[in-house]
Amino acid sequence: MRYDISVKMTFAYQAAAVNARQIVHLMPADRPGRQRLIAGNLSFSPHPTRREDRFDFFGNAETAVAFDGAMHEVDIRLQARVEVTGSAFPEGLPTPVDALGAEIAAWRDIGPASPVHFCAATMRVPADPDIAAYAREATMGADSVAGRVEALGLALNRDMRFDPNATTVDTPAAEAFAERHGVCQDFTHIMISGLRSLGIPSGYVSGFIRTIPPPGKPRLEGADAMHAWVSAWCGPHVGWVEYDPTNATFAGPDHVVVAWGRDYGEVAPVKGIMRTAGGQTSDQAVDVVPLGPAG
Amino acid sequence: MTDTQPHLSDCIGDFLSGYAPIPGAPDELVDPDGRMRPVWSDLIGHLASRSPEQLDAQFARGASYLREAGVFYRQYGDADRSERDWPLSPVPVLIPESEWTAIADGLKQRADLLELILADLYGENGLTREGHLPALLVAGNPEWLRPVVGLKPASGRYLHVVAFDIGRGIDGGWWVLGDRTQAPSGSGYALENRMASMHSFAGFYRDARVLRVAGYFKAFRESLNRLRKEDDSRVGILTPGPMNDAYFEHAYIARYLGMALLEGEDLTVINGELMVRTISGPQPISVLWRRLDANWSDPMELDETSRLGTPGLLSALRAGSVTMVNALGSGVLEARAFMAFMPRLSEVLTGRPLAIPNIATWWCGSETEREHVLANADRLMIGPANSLHMPLEPDRQTSLGGMARPDSAGSLSDWLRSSGPALVGQEAVTLSSTPVWSDGRIAPRPMSIRVFMVRTASGWQVMPGGYARIAASNADPSAVSLRRGGSVADVWVISEGPVTRETMLESGSGEFGRAQSGWLPSRAADNLFWLGRYVERAEGMMRLLRAYHGRVNELPEGATPLIPSLESYLEARGVSIHDGIPDALVTVLGAATGSANRLRDRFSIDAWASLADLQKTVERMRETVARGDDAAGAMSVLLRKITGFSGLVHDNMYRFAGWRFLSLGRALERAISTVHLLQIFADPIAPEGGLDLCIEIGDSVMTHRRRYSVNTNRATVIDLLALDPLNPRSVACQIEEIVGHINLLPGAGEKGRLSPLARAALRLSTDISVHTPETLDGEALTTLAAQIYDLSNDLGEAYFN
Repeated sequence: MRYDISVKMTFAYQAAAVNARQIVHLMPADRPGRQRLIAGNLSFSPHPTRREDRFDFFGNAETAVAFDGAMHEVDIRLQARVEVTGSAFPEGLPTPVDALGAEIAAWRDIGPASPVHFCAATMRVPADPDIAAYAREATMGADSVAGRVEALGLALNRDMRFDPNATTVDTPAAEAFAERHGVCQDFTHIMISGLRSLGIPSGYVSGFIRTIPPPGKPRLEGADAMHAWVSAWCGPHVGWVEYDPTNATFAGPDHVVVAWGRDYGEVAPVKGIMRTAGGQTSDQAVDVVPLGPAG
Repeated sequence: MTDTQPHLSDCIGDFLSGYAPIPGAPDELVDPDGRMRPVWSDLIGHLASRSPEQLDAQFARGASYLREAGVFYRQYGDADRSERDWPLSPVPVLIPESEWTAIADGLKQRADLLELILADLYGENGLTREGHLPALLVAGNPEWLRPVVGLKPASGRYLHVVAFDIGRGIDGGWWVLGDRTQAPSGSGYALENRMASMHSFAGFYRDARVLRVAGYFKAFRESLNRLRKEDDSRVGILTPGPMNDAYFEHAYIARYLGMALLEGEDLTVINGELMVRTISGPQPISVLWRRLDANWSDPMELDETSRLGTPGLLSALRAGSVTMVNALGSGVLEARAFMAFMPRLSEVLTGRPLAIPNIATWWCGSETEREHVLANADRLMIGPANSLHMPLEPDRQTSLGGMARPDSAGSLSDWLRSSGPALVGQEAVTLSSTPVWSDGRIAPRPMSIRVFMVRTASGWQVMPGGYARIAASNADPSAVSLRRGGSVADVWVISEGPVTRETMLESGSGEFGRAQSGWLPSRAADNLFWLGRYVERAEGMMRLLRAYHGRVNELPEGATPLIPSLESYLEARGVSIHDGIPDALVTVLGAATGSANRLRDRFSIDAWASLADLQKTVERMRETVARGDDAAGAMSVLLRKITGFSGLVHDNMYRFAGWRFLSLGRALERAISTVHLLQIFADPIAPEGGLDLCIEIGDSVMTHRRRYSVNTNRATVIDLLALDPLNPRSVACQIEEIVGHINLLPGAGEKGRLSPLARAALRLSTDISVHTPETLDGEALTTLAAQIYDLSNDLGEAYFN
C-alpha cells in the first residue's frame, strides 16, 4: 500500500522566543521488509540557523534544528511518500513464555534492534503494580509470548475507553490506567508497562494510520492524526511484532512507522526548548492519503 | 631527671594502652601482634608528649580554621538545608610511601582498564558481543547513555579525572570498594582537610615527612588547560548550583584553581559551539570539568525534566568543540555490577590480572551465580545491580546478610528468581580501623579512603594523600557515610626521605598572563548587581528603623505627626512597625545571602563570613529585641556590621567588571531610596521634623551642620541629599558613580558611539546637574525616580539576558 503523507505543525509564541531548539521525529522510516520511504522532505520556516539530520541510537531519522535569533512562530512541514510492504504479525516458531528470560539474559547483541533495551522501566513507563497485576490476569491463558501480547492488547482494548479529551501528553500511564481512559499514547504506554512486567521486551512505535471515513462520507483533509502502538519482542524466532491496542490489531498495511524507542519521550514528534517570557500555542494538520498498491 | 620526667617510650606505652583494635579486623596503627607500626611512631610520639588538654587545644585550631574558611557540611534534601560543622577527625591516617606507591600503581592500572571498557561500551561493543559482559546489564544501566554511543570524545579519552574508594581487607591487603568515574567529588575536601591538619599540627607537620598535595593540583590545572582547543579559550567547572550538597567544594576548588564556576544556564550553544553567556556577549569555552550528572546536562537529548542543563550540549559535543571531564556516559562504570566482571575484563583487555582486587561480586542474571548468591546469602549484601551507591552505603532495596530487604515482604529466593538480572550479591565488607580522638584518648574506627588521580601528558598522576571516611561506630562499617554520622580525616603519605615543599604559586621564570577582564558570566553579574541592591536596601531599612524606634518612645503619643507618617512610609515598604526586628529585614538579608551564595567563588572568605555573621545576628536578635530604644540600639549594632561587610567588599574586591555590577546595584538602590525619602519627607507639606529625618537617614547630619550656616530648610536638604556631587550619599553622587561604571562596561562605547544604556545614563546625569533646589520639586523628583528605574531595567536588558 502506498501513501502520501503531509504534516503541518505551527508553534506560536506570545513573547519572542530566543535560542529555540527542536528535535523532530516525523520522517517515515525506511525499513526493508516492512516499509519503503520513496521520497520525503522536512522543512522549517523560518530557516534554522543550524540543522543536523542524523539517525538516533534506535536508527530513527531525527532532525535537530537551532534558531539563534528571536522569533514568534515556527512552521514545520513534512511531505513524504511511503510504501508499506510488509506487516508486523507474529510469524515463526513461538517461544514459550518461561524460556524468554534466559534468552534475554544471555543475549549478546546490544545494537538498536536488541531486546535488551526494552526490558527496564523508563521515565514515562515506570513499573506499576496495578498494571502488572492486570497484565498477569489478562494473559493467564496464553502460553506463547506472542499469544500474551495479543491477549493483553485485546483486554486493554476491551477495558479502556478511547477519550481524546481525558488525558494530555504528560499524563502518567498509571493515572490513565486507573481511570481506564486515554488516547493511543496512553494505551501504548500501559501495554508496554504490562508487557515489561511480564518480562516481555516492548517499545513505543510512533507513526501514522490510515483512517477510513464513514461510508458515503469524503475523507476530511487535515483531520488525521499521528498514532502510536506497541512493538514487542517475542523470542529469537518470531522477533519483533507490532500490536495496536487502540484498534485491537497487529500492525498491518494501514500502519506507517515513523520512529520507535523505549517510550514516547524518545520519539516525540517535536521536542522543543526555548527562552521565552510568554506561553505558546500549537496547531497541527495531518493527512494520510492512500494511493493504492504500487502499480 | 628520669624521676620527674617520664621517658618518651613510657608516654607512648601509656598513650596506646587503652587502644583495643576491633577483633577480626586489621588496624592501621597496630599490627596483628599488637605492636605499633613504624610509620606512626613520630606522630604518636608527638601526641603522647602532650596532655589531652593540649591536644584538644591544638585540634581546636584546625576546627576553627575550617569554620573561618567557611567549610561546612550540608545534608542534601534537608528541609531546612541546615549547615553543620565539618566533621573532621583530627588524627590523620598514615600510610608509608612504599605501600602508597603500590596502591597508586595498582589504581593506575585500573584506571587504564576503565578507559578501555568505556571505549568499548561506547564504540565497538566487542565485550558484549563476545559474552564478556551481559548486554542486558549494560542496557539497563541508567548511565549508559544511548545518545552518545558512537560519539568519540574530542580529547580522544573518556576519563581524565577518576577516584577510587579503597579499604583494607581482613588479609591486610587493599581492596577497591567503588570506582568513581562520572564526577568524583572530594578532592577539594581533601585539600581543606590538609589545611586543617596543618593548623592542628603546626610545627610538627613541617618535619613529619608528609608528601605535599599541592603538586597534584598544579598537575590537575595544567592537564585541564592542555585540553583546551585554543589558548584563549577557557576551562570551566560545571556545577548543579547552590542546592547541591557539594556546591561548597565546587566553589572552593574553582577559587583555588582559578577556574570559572558555571551553571547550566550560563552556557549556550551557538552554531555547534559551546559558549558562556557573559556581559561581553557569548565567549567560547572548550573544557568543562563536569560536577553535574550526565543525565541532567542536556534536556534536549537526556533527561528532559532537567532544569540544570544546557539545551544543545550534545550537539556541541558532536561538533567536537568541547571536552568533557569526564565524558558524558562515563558514570556507567560506577554501577556495582561491573565489579563482578572486572577480573575477567582485565584479563581480556590487558592480559593481566587486577593488581588490586575489588570486592567479590556476583551478577544474579545468570543461573550459576544466582544459586551461589542464594547459598551464601548470609554473608552477602544483595541489591540493585545498577545502583551507583558504594557497597558501604546500603539503601532500602538492599538485603544484608540474608535478611529480607527493608522494602519488601517476599522471600529472598523469590526475589532473586523474579528479578535476577537486576540484582548483584556482594561480599559484606570488613574494613581496617584507624585511630580517632575521642573523649581525650585514641580509639579505633573503621575507615575507607578515596584516592584521586588525573590524566597528565605523562600518564596518570595520583594525589599523594586522600580523603578518609571514618565510621561513627565499630559495629557498622556502613556508617563511613557522612550521612550516617561518620567523619572524615586527612591521609598522610609518609616519605622515607626528605620532602620537597610545593605550592600552587608559580615559581621563578616563565611568562605570566593577566586574565582578560570582562569575562563575567551574565548570571554572576545579575547576582552581583542584586547583592549590591539588597545590601544597600537592608542598610536603608536599618536607618529608617533606627530613626523610627528612637523616636517612638521619646514623645507623648500623637505629639508629632512625623511618627504616623514614618509608620505609613515603613508599612508601604512592607516593613512592620510592630516588631523590634521586622520580617522584611530578615527577608532582605536572606535575599542578599542567597545572591552571595551563588557567587561563593568570587568572594573572600572574610566577606562571606561577615555576611553570614550579619544574618545570624539578625536572626538571633529577632527572638529578643523589643520595639523602641532596644530596637534602635540593635539597629546601630547591625549598621556597624553591614558597613563592615560593605567595607570588606569594596576595599578588597578586585576592580573587575564584577565589582562594577555590585557597585552599580548599591548606587542605584541608594539613589532610588533617597529620592523616595525626599519625595515624602522633604515635601513642603511634610510633617515637622521631616527634614531632619532626611538628613539623619542620609547619614549627613555633620555635613549639613558644617556646610550650611542657616537652619535646616527644604533648599539645604535637597541641595545636600540630591544635588551635591561631593556628598557620597547624594543622588547626584550615585548618578556620577553609575555613569562612571556604565562607561567602563563592555560595549559601552563601541565604534565611537555610546550604547543606548550609556546615553540614558548620561542624560540622567545632565538632567540632575542642571537642577537647583528650587527646580527639583515634587514633580521633578517623580520624573527622576522613573528615570532611575528605567536605567535599572536597561542595565538588566543589556547585560543579564
